[in-house]
Amino acid sequence: MSFSLKRAAKLLALMTGALGATLPHTIAAETVNIYSYRQADLLKPLLDGFTAKTGIQTKVLFAKKGLDQRILSEGQNSPADVLMTVDIGRLDAARALGVTQPVKSNVVADNIPAAFRDPDGHWIGLTSRARIIYASRERVAQDTITYEELADPKWKGRLCTRSGQHVYTLGLVASIVAHKGEDAARTWLEGVKANLARKPTGNDRAQVKAIYAGECDIALGNTYYMGKMETNDKEPEQKEWAKSVKLLFPNANDRGTHVNLSGVVMAKHAPNPQAALALIEYLSSEEAQKLYGAANFEYPLKPGIGPDERTASWGTLKPDTLSLAEIAKHRKRASELVDEVGLDEGPGA
Amino acid sequence: MKSDWTKARVPDALIKPTLPAGGKLRFSARLALGAVTGLVALPVIALIAISVTGDFSAWPHLLAFVLPRTFLDTVFLLILVGLGTTVLGAGTAWLTTVCRFPGHRIFTWALVLPLAVPSYIAAYTQLEFFDFSGPIQGWIRAVGGYQSGREYWFPDLRSLGGAALVFSTVLYPYVYMTTRLVFARQGATALDASRSLGAKPWRMFREIGFPMARPAVAAGVALVLMETLNDIGAVEILGVKTITYAVFETWLNRDSLSGAVQLALVSLAVIIVLLVIERRARGNRGYASGSRDRPPSRLHLRGWQAVVAFSFCTLPILIGLGVPLYILGIYALRRLDTGLDGTVLQAAFNSIQVSALSGIIATCLAFAILQYGRISRRKVAGRIGRLMSLGYAVPGTVLAIGLLVPLAGLDNLIDGLMRDWFGISTGLLISGTVAILVYAYVLRFVAISHGTLDTAYSRMSPHVDYAARSLGRTPLQVTTQIHIPLLRTAVATSFLLVFVDSMKELSATLLLRPFDFETLATFVYDRASQSALEDASWAALAIVLIGLLPVYWLSRTVQHVQKKHL
Repeated sequence: MSFSLKRAAKLLALMTGALGATLPHTIAAETVNIYSYRQADLLKPLLDGFTAKTGIQTKVLFAKKGLDQRILSEGQNSPADVLMTVDIGRLDAARALGVTQPVKSNVVADNIPAAFRDPDGHWIGLTSRARIIYASRERVAQDTITYEELADPKWKGRLCTRSGQHVYTLGLVASIVAHKGEDAARTWLEGVKANLARKPTGNDRAQVKAIYAGECDIALGNTYYMGKMETNDKEPEQKEWAKSVKLLFPNANDRGTHVNLSGVVMAKHAPNPQAALALIEYLSSEEAQKLYGAANFEYPLKPGIGPDERTASWGTLKPDTLSLAEIAKHRKRASELVDEVGLDEGPGA
Repeated sequence: MKSDWTKARVPDALIKPTLPAGGKLRFSARLALGAVTGLVALPVIALIAISVTGDFSAWPHLLAFVLPRTFLDTVFLLILVGLGTTVLGAGTAWLTTVCRFPGHRIFTWALVLPLAVPSYIAAYTQLEFFDFSGPIQGWIRAVGGYQSGREYWFPDLRSLGGAALVFSTVLYPYVYMTTRLVFARQGATALDASRSLGAKPWRMFREIGFPMARPAVAAGVALVLMETLNDIGAVEILGVKTITYAVFETWLNRDSLSGAVQLALVSLAVIIVLLVIERRARGNRGYASGSRDRPPSRLHLRGWQAVVAFSFCTLPILIGLGVPLYILGIYALRRLDTGLDGTVLQAAFNSIQVSALSGIIATCLAFAILQYGRISRRKVAGRIGRLMSLGYAVPGTVLAIGLLVPLAGLDNLIDGLMRDWFGISTGLLISGTVAILVYAYVLRFVAISHGTLDTAYSRMSPHVDYAARSLGRTPLQVTTQIHIPLLRTAVATSFLLVFVDSMKELSATLLLRPFDFETLATFVYDRASQSALEDASWAALAIVLIGLLPVYWLSRTVQHVQKKHL
């Protein structure tokens, strides 16, 4: 036996030796601790800007699930100062779970219109993104569309979307419940299901790829993915995918296109409330709002800034004016409807 | 183990009376057993508490619209993956131990390697590979002169069958390893006899090899199925709705943590029932072969038989390891400028640290319980062992919640007391540090340590103990002079398996890690969840490559065991 337990033990001691150094976890004074459902990578340009301006350091913990539950469990010792997230449903869920505290700031009130903030300041919207239709340049002639039309049999076998249980889809379904009522939403989902070209899987970018591959002709997606594909120098193939599609802003002639928010809440037991407030105010400022637009192709909420040049080139966004807090109320029902209709089972089922 | 006395079958009745027959447990032993039980049961108790204190309003919807289909899909997936890993694992184990064909020596260790690939990385890269823009379909289009994906048919990996393929190609090594040990160590007499009576290779496998290996196959498949059932990364990528997927939907989209935990507990109960059935079916048949049999003499495969054997062994390695390395390699080559930067190196260091620590603790824990059971012959040890194995059956994120709630509560309690008494704040002692992460890994993977060591123990005939004791050795001497030397390989195997699994663990890690504590897995997931795994290709390669080292060593020991007998 060539293996020696002693040698292995020595090796392990070496490997774990430094562990003691990382165990006691301390938090420096001038730091904001960010729990984030948004990828650290995505926040980096903004946080770099914040640190350059204020000298306050930032720490990010990214996860896709359960961060509000973690804040709740950690209670008064929670290191989290702010929670950053996408989707109005999650912002509101954090408030409902009782892990937020109201933010009172004139700066924020001046920067972000009241429709995109919780009335008591428990959550603050920072950017919006539109749920639009990607359509094949080759195979789709029309230049306007409505969400309702997606249930029209003319799209049979031509429609792609990501999972119906994804927050982006649920937001859209909830908005249809809010506007048209539950029965209409169910009928709409049934129509959409019948039109599917394939089982709803993959993310928004994968749907555009499917159009490029000829698997489908139209797909639901968020606006900013277009920017990410168009500017992807590392994977130039994605530029080809982007070239194969055009963006249609649904319901531009009536109630407007469904938008969702990315936003921030201040944690109830934030250990650094001053620094956290500084961060939130910075994120609502002109500088950060422009960065959001330029780096991530999202729509700034601060009036007067307008979208980045590239984003503007895809078309004009006329957002749905129904309050997002109202739409969020229907999210749970939307999730149930998606299951009841069996949207994620795909066209054949 | 050359001495022939181990083969002598001394009637149990003659020996057993000389062993300590129980009596009252010492206080220290009771305390230790209680502590282990408590630590292991803590998250399960917390989950039960969460589920019974919540309401049951999630159930009407789950029963009417979610579970019927989810349950069927889950069962079909498990059946397919079970079959797939059995065929691949047991088939390759048979071929590499009993047959000779070109490359069989290399396959012996190479077949273990796909174990280093996390299922979510396998799903992502295999999807890229078999997708429209991948090389296979590109080749089909070039040959057929097609333009669009509609002009030809190609199976979609985003399906139940596709998911079964992905899981089978990275999980079959569990079955391969457990089964191989059986073929390599025993059964020569029966096999050689059947051969001399004119049995063909296939018939030998079907009628002697496979039945002989059945318990080992079952042990491997049990690990495979639990791993499949708990996965959330790959099923999300491939759009297969398993029960675990439904757990997350209930929690996150319908804001019902208690409903989600209730569902998770129901699926845990189903697993327990399955494990009990498996145990009963195995019954009390002792599979310890008093001594190690020699390995069977080799069958030489020639012509088409050799080609089939070669292809059968090549394919799982190519798809399970080759495809991920190929796709990640292409991405990484395009990103030579970023390469392995400081963040990735730090993440690698973190991953290795916590994984190594978890491997040591899990192995020690499993050893302590099993050795206690062996020496004391108390049933309580077996029960604790089975309890320990439950962690493997709980989805990572659910386990994380089950740990976070009680431990953060405890931390806050301690902090409050310390503030009151001494005016100092201790903060989150456990839940805010890597301690909770290591705790989670140990709970999640101690089942592997327990399984590995248990198999090794069951190969050591109890007659060895009886003989040693009757020759005047104390229990401690039996432990240090007989058991530990015989367990060396199993101990190393257990450590390495837990190490590799901890490296790959994602869902509990995401939720439990402290600030600024990025592991390779979380770093990769950060990018992959933006559908830009490309940007984390170096980190993803690092997970696979760091995992390959211990897996390679593992496979060498598998080979070594055999060589010793040749």
